[in-house]
Amino acid sequence: MVRASRLLPLAALPMLAACDWVVMNPAGDVARQQADLIVVSTVLMLLIIVPVMAMTVFFAWRYRAQRKTAATYDPEFDHSTTLELAIWGVPLLIIIALGALTWTSTHLLDPYRPIARIAEGRPVPAGAEPLEVQVVALDWKWLFIYPEQGIATVNELAVPVDRPLRFRLTASSVMNSFYAPALAGQIYAMPGMETKLHAVLNRPGSFEGFSANYSGAGFSDMKFRLHGLDASGFDQWVERVRASGGRMEAGSYLPLARPSEKEPVRRFAAVDPALWDRIVGQCVEPGRPCGGHGHGGHKTEGALQRERHAPAPHMTAPHNSEHAPGVTRPGAPANRNMS
Amino acid sequence: MSTPTHSETTSSIFGRLGLESFPLHEPIIVATFGVVALGGVALLGALTYFRLWGYLWREWFTSVDHKKVGIMYMVLGVVMLLRGFADALMMRGQQAVAFGESQGYLNAHHYDQVFTAHGVIMIFFVAMPLITGIMNYLIPLQIGARDVAFPFLNNFSFWMTAAGAVVIMMSLFVGEFARTGWLAFPPLSGIDFSPDVGVDYYIWALQVAGVGTTLSGINLIATIVKMRAPGMTMMKMPVFCWTSLCSNILIVASFPVLTATLALLSLDRYVGTAFFTNTNGGNPMMYVNLIWIWGHPEVYILILPAFGIFSEIVSTFSGKRLFGYTSMVYATAVITILSYLVWLHHFFTMGSGAAVNSFFGITTMVISIPTGAKIFNWLFTMYRGRIRFELPMMWTVAFMLTFVVGGMTGVLLAVPPADFVLHNSLFLVAHFHNVIIGGVLFGLFAGIQYWWPKAFGFRLHEGLGRASFWLWVVGFVTAFAPLYVLGLMGVTRRLRHFDDPSLQIWFVIAAVGAVLIAGGIAAMLAQFGWSIYKREELRDVTGDPWDGRTLEWSTSSPPPAYNFAFTPVAHELDAFYDMKARGHERPLAGYRPIHMPKNTGTGVILAGLSVAFAFAMVWYIWWLAALSLAAIVGGAIWHSFNYDRDYHIPAVEVARVEGERTRALQGAARPRDPDSPREQDRDVLALAGA
Repeated sequence: MVRASRLLPLAALPMLAACDWVVMNPAGDVARQQADLIVVSTVLMLLIIVPVMAMTVFFAWRYRAQRKTAATYDPEFDHSTTLELAIWGVPLLIIIALGALTWTSTHLLDPYRPIARIAEGRPVPAGAEPLEVQVVALDWKWLFIYPEQGIATVNELAVPVDRPLRFRLTASSVMNSFYAPALAGQIYAMPGMETKLHAVLNRPGSFEGFSANYSGAGFSDMKFRLHGLDASGFDQWVERVRASGGRMEAGSYLPLARPSEKEPVRRFAAVDPALWDRIVGQCVEPGRPCGGHGHGGHKTEGALQRERHAPAPHMTAPHNSEHAPGVTRPGAPANRNMS
Repeated sequence: MSTPTHSETTSSIFGRLGLESFPLHEPIIVATFGVVALGGVALLGALTYFRLWGYLWREWFTSVDHKKVGIMYMVLGVVMLLRGFADALMMRGQQAVAFGESQGYLNAHHYDQVFTAHGVIMIFFVAMPLITGIMNYLIPLQIGARDVAFPFLNNFSFWMTAAGAVVIMMSLFVGEFARTGWLAFPPLSGIDFSPDVGVDYYIWALQVAGVGTTLSGINLIATIVKMRAPGMTMMKMPVFCWTSLCSNILIVASFPVLTATLALLSLDRYVGTAFFTNTNGGNPMMYVNLIWIWGHPEVYILILPAFGIFSEIVSTFSGKRLFGYTSMVYATAVITILSYLVWLHHFFTMGSGAAVNSFFGITTMVISIPTGAKIFNWLFTMYRGRIRFELPMMWTVAFMLTFVVGGMTGVLLAVPPADFVLHNSLFLVAHFHNVIIGGVLFGLFAGIQYWWPKAFGFRLHEGLGRASFWLWVVGFVTAFAPLYVLGLMGVTRRLRHFDDPSLQIWFVIAAVGAVLIAGGIAAMLAQFGWSIYKREELRDVTGDPWDGRTLEWSTSSPPPAYNFAFTPVAHELDAFYDMKARGHERPLAGYRPIHMPKNTGTGVILAGLSVAFAFAMVWYIWWLAALSLAAIVGGAIWHSFNYDRDYHIPAVEVARVEGERTRALQGAARPRDPDSPREQDRDVLALAGA
């Protein structure tokens, strides 16, 4: 597929020319292949789209009623087996080609599948273990746990370049989507569930990552920085995190999980190794059974079971007009604090 | 949290509704309310001053005439378009200015409601009423029937849709709307994360309107299947009726899924069940699956009738039979079936396996084959035609050029690995606006321009129509091309604020596009207004201003209450073209009394009670909910015992109406235009016959 896209440089030119289009010019091999796939599929479809648009304009001009010299007019022409074969057959052929491409690329680029190459022509060395990062989407920030290094960070994801990465993802409360366009396509992070993403970053640098699924008031600023570091740079970064102190465990996780916006980068020198499983099992709070099942201490309550007739909590009449969520004052810091 | 104003007594009367429920501190909403209230008072005052209440009630609100119901649907759709578009302008404005230091003028609380309301209103209360309205108006006329199969049900369906719109509009001024996105995915829409009234407004507005949509779907299927004129076999039916039939089949098969899904969500929210919760065995993914099992057919519900409209228009304005009618019908049927096999493409990124993703990606692509065949059929209808570029045809060509781009980006998004980088991006937003505006809306505009003379008896003003057309088309490209680019730059949707200043220029361009579209809407409203004002100059007495081909053009414009004095007999596809070509003469005598359904106010009353019920459920006013629900059920039962449902239009009256038409036609008889294709055909046939 990659080779095919090279064969069509002209068609690809307008897209790739704009090099700040991160989706088309990413820094990771997986995203690179996904971008190539966009180009190949588009070119494949343009094979039929361009003629159709040209014919539309041409027929509209050629057979217009205002023409001075009348074109052929055949009001009874409504069937032609040859044309019918062509108009069903040609799209069918293109879809067969695109379908085959879809089948292979979907399997090759399945986010659950460990990557086989670091870049084109550079297979992953035998026995190389991917770096595992556990990702938790919180309201509204990202927690990254590095089990191998025993460290954790908030809103900062540093990875060594050219080392395969394995992300395991979940969320604390609502659905989010983990997306760093420079690295690889996105995958949802969902509460009580675990998803996976395999990727590799090929270029050092600082890139943007964010949630690509709306998750509530603080969604706009639910961003993280993705740092691509060389091997020694990554080790130094790990050491810096280890020197920063603090431990990511239930006691520090629960306050962090409360809704908040625009969280600064935070680093934790140590991690409770059991924390990840408890987050996925939604049982970080002491006394809650894992797996989201059972009624131990927690029961879902509908409106009818709740304290009745209290005004809905968001409701607008502000107790303190300066900090109310509804205050419309452009740029006021209170606008942002929804927690 | 407890406030002194909420004692047990007031809360048992008003539920959770209190003075603080009114967003008095939101200047934008207060100003909007002021304008709406002034406009409303002016409108009510004018209606009272001109003594129009009785007229409206007798002739419109209680009417079971499919034509009037259809027009009321269209009015509802246009009014709600203004609301939905105001939301769009606010979003474009916010995203164009909220960069870096500037937070824009909308806080998250307000902005999140705006984009949710925009999506919900545009799909459920603009596109659906407009599509249902045009189907309602046309289907009986095209199949030579006097009304739909169940005329009262039709009136009731309209009022339920309108009631849903009323509920959603209430949320603007009483309380707030959902802040969840237009499909309200749990857990975000669950009571833990959205305890306020917004999601309840969402649920009940859609449930009330959904009753109307489902019943209207049943009604139109029955109409098409059972009430076609003699001789009109299924394969001689106009293509618009075919696409409408498939669209209504989709409605009947998919809306119950939406109703059930929202009912389960309400159970979670009201009584603490755990269908879609994070805990106690609930599964939010189930909701995502269910809502898209409705949601994907929904887009075909909208686009199929638009395809039908384009088919009618291309054929009429090219002066030709539709190319490949049979393949058009099969393409429609194939799309109908396939639309149920693609829903998962909306969430490739939620962790399905590669085989599942490939399956749904490929089924999605397969839909582009029948859709492509349709495009080719329109193309070859134009081929060797004699194309008159009147407004409906201009919209059609604009559709053909824009829709193929939207189709292409759609197929691109169906490739799962490509979707992984474009899902939820502004590229996706551009794609679905490209197909919904370029397909559904352009189709509706083409249809409005095409059938307006039939509905009202005068043409629409050409110049203003062209101004509207160009503003819309240019505005549409300007507004959405930048979003494609932004999507490729990795910008996701529903963001309220941006840090990267290099993105701003694209949002500014998109905002300019939105302003151009605003101009297009204004020009279209001006076109309607000016044409009504100048209706005598634009009058068409022939009933057939475009040299039409289907039966609706054989009757007067506007058609009489009974549509056809004599039930037409179809011998061919394009029945009216066939009648004209064979020199059909309008019968002038032998009228008989016509059996017609009687108007009733029951629909308005039941829908009004439904608004009360929905409001009570939203605000936990249980006594009102119980009372209004009992009244709805009681009212429906009571109405079923009403046997005074029909009457006969006396033959004398029919003779009088038809006589007037005869005189009008004689008065308007124009000299024959030897260049007109119809006249040439008639000459050819005359020669052949001789």
